[in-house]
This record gives sequence, C-alpha cells and structure tokens, in this order.
Amino acid sequence: MNIASEAASWLTDGAHWHGEDGFPHRIVQHLGYTALTVAIAAVIAVPLGLWIGHTGRLRGLAIAATGALRALPTLGLLTLMVLWRGIGLTSPTIALVVLAIPPLLAGAYAGLEAVDRQTVDAARAIGMTEWQVLGKVEIPIALPLIIGGFRSAVLQVVATATIAAYIGLGGLGRYIIDGLAVRDYPQILAGATVIVVLALALDAVFAVVQRSLATPR
Amino acid sequence: MKVTRLVATAAAAGLALTLAACGSDPTNTASGSDTSGASSASGSSIVVGSASFGESEILAEIYAGALKAKGIDASTHLDIGEREAYIGALKDGSISLFPEYTGNLLTFLDPKATATAPGDVNAALKSALPDTLTTLTPSAAEDKDSYNVTAGFAKKNDVHSIADLKGISGLSLAGNPELKTRSYGVPGLEKVYGISGITFTPISDSGGPATLKALTSGKVDVADIYSTTPSITQNHLVTLADPQHLIAAQNVVPLIRKDHDNPQVDQVLNAVSAKLTTQSLLQLNGQLNGPDKPTAADVAAQWLNDNGLA
Repeated sequence: MNIASEAASWLTDGAHWHGEDGFPHRIVQHLGYTALTVAIAAVIAVPLGLWIGHTGRLRGLAIAATGALRALPTLGLLTLMVLWRGIGLTSPTIALVVLAIPPLLAGAYAGLEAVDRQTVDAARAIGMTEWQVLGKVEIPIALPLIIGGFRSAVLQVVATATIAAYIGLGGLGRYIIDGLAVRDYPQILAGATVIVVLALALDAVFAVVQRSLATPR
Repeated sequence: MKVTRLVATAAAAGLALTLAACGSDPTNTASGSDTSGASSASGSSIVVGSASFGESEILAEIYAGALKAKGIDASTHLDIGEREAYIGALKDGSISLFPEYTGNLLTFLDPKATATAPGDVNAALKSALPDTLTTLTPSAAEDKDSYNVTAGFAKKNDVHSIADLKGISGLSLAGNPELKTRSYGVPGLEKVYGISGITFTPISDSGGPATLKALTSGKVDVADIYSTTPSITQNHLVTLADPQHLIAAQNVVPLIRKDHDNPQVDQVLNAVSAKLTTQSLLQLNGQLNGPDKPTAADVAAQWLNDNGLA
C-alpha cells in the first residue's frame, strides 16, 4: 500500500472520528485557537489600521513594522514565549497573534487609503464629523479590503495553529507532531489533509462574503 | 515502502556530499589519504568519525587525541550526520573508528531487539554486528532518555528512583510525543513500575527549553530529558534511577573496523572508556556550550589532560 491510500484509510477509519483524539474534537480545538487569535489580533490591529488610514499618520512606521512582524518565525517566537510564559494557551496565542496582525493592519489602512479623497472631502463638506466620515463613508467603502485582511489572517493562522501541538496543546497539529514522533506518515498526511481542507473551506467562506460586499452600490 | 527508499536515497546522497566536502577540505588530509589506501588495512592511520552533534564530536576528538598521545597515527572526520551514513562510511573504510551508543546501534542493526540492561544490550550488539566491525569494552557513560524531577519535588516526596513514583497520585509527565506509545514511555511506567493515572503533556523539543520550563515552573512533576544535557546540572535536577532497566542502555562504546583493531589500540581506547562516565559527558557538553565557545577539540584535549590520558 502506498502512503496516500494508507492516509486515506487512516482518515476514513471510524476510530479516528470520535473521542479526545478524534477529528471532530481536534477540528473544534483548531478553530477555537484560530478564532481566539484572530479576535485578539483584530482588537489590536483594526482600530490602529483605521486610525492610520484615516489620519495618514505613522504610515511609514506601520509598513515597516508589519514587514518586520511578517519576518518573525512563528515557531521561534513560540519557544521564546514558552520561556517567558511557560507552556499553556498563552504562549502559542501570542505567537499566532503576531502572525495575524500584519494582514489585518494592512487590510485596514490600505482599505481606507483606497477611498477616493474627493468622496471624503464631499462627506466633510456636507457637515459630517470625522467619526461620521469614518463610520458612514470610509469603512463601508473599505470593507471588502478590511475583510480581505481577515481572510488572509485566518488562512495564515489556520495553517500555522498546528504549532500549538508542539508544546502539548491540541488542535489538528497533534496528528502531524505525534505522527512525526513515531514516523507514522499516513497519520501525518491525514492530519495535513484535514488542515488543508479546513483552510480552503474557510477561504471559500471569506471569498463569498467579500464578493457580496463588493457588489456595486 | 516508498518512504523508506526515499529516506535511504536521501541519506546516501547526504553521505556522498559529506564525504565529497571533506575530501576537498585541506585540513583533513589524513582522511583523504586513508580513502585512497583503505585496502592497506591495519598499518594505515585511524580515522575517527563523529555524528553531527557536539557530544559525538567531543568523543571522536577524545579517541583521536588519546591515540595520538600514544604515538598511533590518528585523525578525525567529524560531522557525518545520520547513522545510515556513518555506518556506511565505516563499512567502506573511509572511516575506521566511531564513538557509538550501544542501545541505538543495536536497534539500528536489529530493529526487533528487546534487550535493555547494559550487559544484555552489549551481548546482543556483539552478535548483531557485521563481520568487518567490532566494539570494544563499553564505558559507563550513557546518553539516553532519563526521567528527571526538580530537587524540591525529590525532597518533598522522597523520590530517587522511578520506582518511588508509584505512590504519588496524579503524576504529570512531559516529554517528546512518542513517550505516549513507546515501551519506555507511559506504557512502561504503568506496566513495569505500576504507576497509574499519569497525565502526559507532549512537548516536541526533545527535553529542550520548553520541556525544562514545564518542569521547573511546576507545570509537570517529571520530564524526559537526555541524560547528558547540561541543563540537568545547571538546574539541579534529580535524574531518577531506573532499576528495572525500562530505558535501554546507551553506553558509549568504540565501534572499530576489525582491520584497524589491535591490542595497542584496544589498550588506549579501553583506558579512555574506563574514565568516561555520564557525569563526564554532562561536564564536557556543558563546557562545549560554555560562554567562551571552545571547539570540540579543545574540550577533548582538556579532558584528556585532566585524566592523564594525554
């Protein structure tokens, strides 16, 4: 039997579909880590990105900082966090938040920057306050790009949340890390396949959302 | 299976590259001349190989240094990667001596081997070796998985051996993920030592900083850390004794080509093995990772000096 068909039978084996080590539980854990990470990153990055995009301040710094954050290897960062915070949910969450901030930040400020300045000026001319300009003009027009930031962040985090398993947490990374430890290649491939399918499914959802927002108004 | 073949091909390619790289290294002339004259057998110089990690390099330098000190022509050929690669190099004569570990070498030669006690492992190893190779007397030094607790935990629970863990309820253990299924891991702790209710946290850094942090921060009670990792002494950890030989012996042993083996060489290497202990490996590894970043050769020379072997 080759490795692909062994992986297929690993995937379809009923024993791998229930209990703590089963796919449903691991998928829920994996999505949980992803949601937690993206939520925290969004609270930090989206307001900051909107402020940068609206005011045009610190734009150069934001570009440099997001570039630098993107270059950080997540696994290295995880080890560093473990030395600081110990094993547990905090360490991988911080490492993954750092991964998710750049696309969210870029989506927010690039989205606002792409808004036609004349439209913004017109909004001010009819007497809108700065908050109204932001909330009623800039954000609605920038929304497809902001959602694009989320799409990119979620994709990266779903693919990278496997590292949680490196320090003993759950998620779909368990199949890869545990499989590697005992050279169980079918298990590794089965786990990787589920992660790929999950990532593609989430990406498809975001694609639909993005398209529905981009319809001409 | 496909993967096995792939790995073998990769290992062979890696070996070819390593050997080619070393052949062109001007400082390694001895290995070059030896490759050309490998057939001249016992009279030729001894080339000591090593795997690509610090401890193996130090041991190779110790062997070479001790031989040279007794007037035997020896040189080193360090950093030969995986076992597939260096056993191949020993078989084809491009190296002639290697610091090996009894248990791992036995499992490599005979994957079904079950021996764990030092004597049994050595006996099984002797019969599993290919005709061209032999091992000398193993040293007491062992580099293997070991269960460690903090000094505080050991004192509080009066624990010195794995057997003492039996009475402790809700024991938590950290280590590489394979401990969950391997015979020396959780299944062995339960079956051989009768410890029940172990909570296992897999941490994939082979007893590295994350595992250490989990232990020293009190998240887990016991951690699997390789027995010659300097962090054991640096953090005053207590390595638990293993009276039932749950973990297979991994004594450091000289693996040598028979055509380079003679009483004079045996005498030198046996004198080295007689002085080598797990404690000395801990010390040597600690020195190699020290702040002044010495080379493996420096660390080896110092040890030979201190032990009157050079």
